[in-house]
Amino acid sequence: MINFDYLRVSTPKAAIEALSRDSNAQWIAGGTNLIDLMKKGVMAPQKLIDISNLPLKEIKKEGGKIHIGAMALNSDVAENELIQKEQPLLCLALKAGASQQLRNMATVGGNMMQRTRCPYFYNTDLPCNKRQPGSGCGALKGFNRMHAIFGASDKCIAVHPSDMCIALVALDAVVLVNGPKGDRRIPFSDFHRLPGETPQKDNTLDRGELIIGLEIPDNPYKKNVHYLKVRDRSSYAFALVSVAAALDLQGNSINDVRLAMGGVAHKPWRLSEAEAFLKGKNASEPVFREAAQLAMRGAKGYGQNNFKLKLAPNTIVEALKTAAAKS
Amino acid sequence: MATKGSYHDQSDDKAANEGRRKFLKQSSLLTALAVAPTHLVKAAESEIDEKAAAYFEQVPLSIEVNGAHHKLSVEPRVTLLDLLREQLALSGTKKGCDHGQCGACTVHVNGKRVLSCMSLAVMQEGKKVTTIEGLADGDRLHPMQEAFIKHDGFQCGYCTPGQIMSGIACIREGHANSEDEIREYMSGNICRCGAYPNIVKAIADVKKGGQQL
Repeated sequence: MINFDYLRVSTPKAAIEALSRDSNAQWIAGGTNLIDLMKKGVMAPQKLIDISNLPLKEIKKEGGKIHIGAMALNSDVAENELIQKEQPLLCLALKAGASQQLRNMATVGGNMMQRTRCPYFYNTDLPCNKRQPGSGCGALKGFNRMHAIFGASDKCIAVHPSDMCIALVALDAVVLVNGPKGDRRIPFSDFHRLPGETPQKDNTLDRGELIIGLEIPDNPYKKNVHYLKVRDRSSYAFALVSVAAALDLQGNSINDVRLAMGGVAHKPWRLSEAEAFLKGKNASEPVFREAAQLAMRGAKGYGQNNFKLKLAPNTIVEALKTAAAKS
Repeated sequence: MATKGSYHDQSDDKAANEGRRKFLKQSSLLTALAVAPTHLVKAAESEIDEKAAAYFEQVPLSIEVNGAHHKLSVEPRVTLLDLLREQLALSGTKKGCDHGQCGACTVHVNGKRVLSCMSLAVMQEGKKVTTIEGLADGDRLHPMQEAFIKHDGFQCGYCTPGQIMSGIACIREGHANSEDEIREYMSGNICRCGAYPNIVKAIADVKKGGQQL
C-alpha cells in the first residue's frame, strides 16, 4: 500500500471542510472495502480523513420513523432490539452480509459506499471502465458469472454488492446527506445509479457530500418478511442472486408488498411491476410465479451469467413463499 | 520415544527460529525499499531501520495490547496486524490472505472481534486489543484453548489463533446456541485443513461448560 497522510475529525462539519480542502483526500470509516482496494492499488488517496469517531452512531425512533446514524456498525444495527422489532427485513439482510468480524467494523454509510467486487475492477492489469474510464469492460465478453442481468450498459455490467441496501430500497429508506452546498434527502432508490456511459460513478452523491444517516418510514412489514440469498457457499460469500421480500397479509390476501433484488444490477433492483401485480391478490405459488415472470422483463444474460435468468425468478418465488409462511 | 531434551535441542531450535524471523523481517524491508525512491534507498543502505522510519511521516499512537500500554509512532498505512507482528513481536496473530477473506488475523478490539488486516493501526487510538497471546493466564490455558486441544480443532494450526479469538467472541455475543448457529457465526474463519467439525465441537463444549469467558 502506498503511504498517505492521516487526519482524524470529530464533527461532520470538520469532515466536509477537510475533504473540500484536498482534492486527493478521501474519508475512511470502517475501512473494510477501502483498505482492501488500497492494498490492491485500485484506489490511492493521498490523504485519509478518519470519520469513524463522528457522533453519528445513534439508532432511534422519532416521529414514527426509524433513524440510523451513518456510523452505526452493521452488527449493532442487526442486533438492535428496535430494528429487530420494527424492521426485521433489514436485520435479515445485514446478517446475510460478510462475516461477524466485518459487520463489527463496517458502518451503515460505508456499506452504501462499497464498490463492486467485479474481478476486472479489482485487477489493475485488466480493462475496466469503472476503475479507468475508457479502458473498456473486460467482463462484457469475459468472466461474467457474477454479473448484471438488468440495467447494464456496454460500458459496465458490474453489480452492486451490498445485502443491506437491498432491504433498504425495499423499505423506502431515505438517505440523509450533509454537504458544502447544504443538506439533502435522497430517496434510497435514487442513491445508487445505473452505469450508462459513466460507470465510474456508483451513486448520485456529489464530491464533498457526507452521508450522516438513514430514515426508514414506519411500515406494516413486521412479520412476513424474508431475505433469501443464493450464493456459492452457504455463508460468507457475495450473492449470485438475493431477494428481499416483505408482505402485508390480511388472511391470505396481499394488502401490500415490497420486493427488491440483489446481485442482478449496478444498483439495488426494486421490483415495482411485480409489487403492483401482487397487490390485492391471494398469496399462492402460481401468483408468485406470475409476479416473478413480470419482474424478469428486460433481463439479459451475458453468457456465463445466463443461469441467473432462471435463478432470479425462482429466488423471487421462494422468498415470497417463505415470507408468506411465517407466522 | 526419546526424551524431549535428547530428541530435539530446543535452545538451538529457538535460536534458528529467531534467525529466520530476523531474516524475513530484513528481506521484506529490502523488498519494500526496492520500490522506494532512490535517495531513500541510498540513505537506507547504511542504517536500514532508522533512516527508512524517518523518511515516512509517523503518527503517534497510544494503544493497549493484552493489558500492556504502548506509546508508539506508526506510519498511517500500517495495519493493526502488521503493528502486532512486526513492531510488538506478537506473531501469534496470523497473516493469511491479508484481504479480509480468511479470518486468520482475527483479534478483539474493545471486546469485539475484528479483522486486524483490514484495520489501520492509527485508527485504534486509545483502544484495547486482545490477541491470542493475551488469553492464557501464565501456564493456565484459556478454556477455548483447552477445548481446541481436547477436540483436536486443528491440523496445520495456521488458522487456529483466529478461530480461537472468533470462537470466544461467538459465545460472548450469544451466537453459539446450536451447531448451525456456531457454523454461521464462524463462517468468517476459513480452515483450509477442514477441521470444522472439531472446531464446532470445541466451541459448543465451551458454551456448554458455561465458564466466564
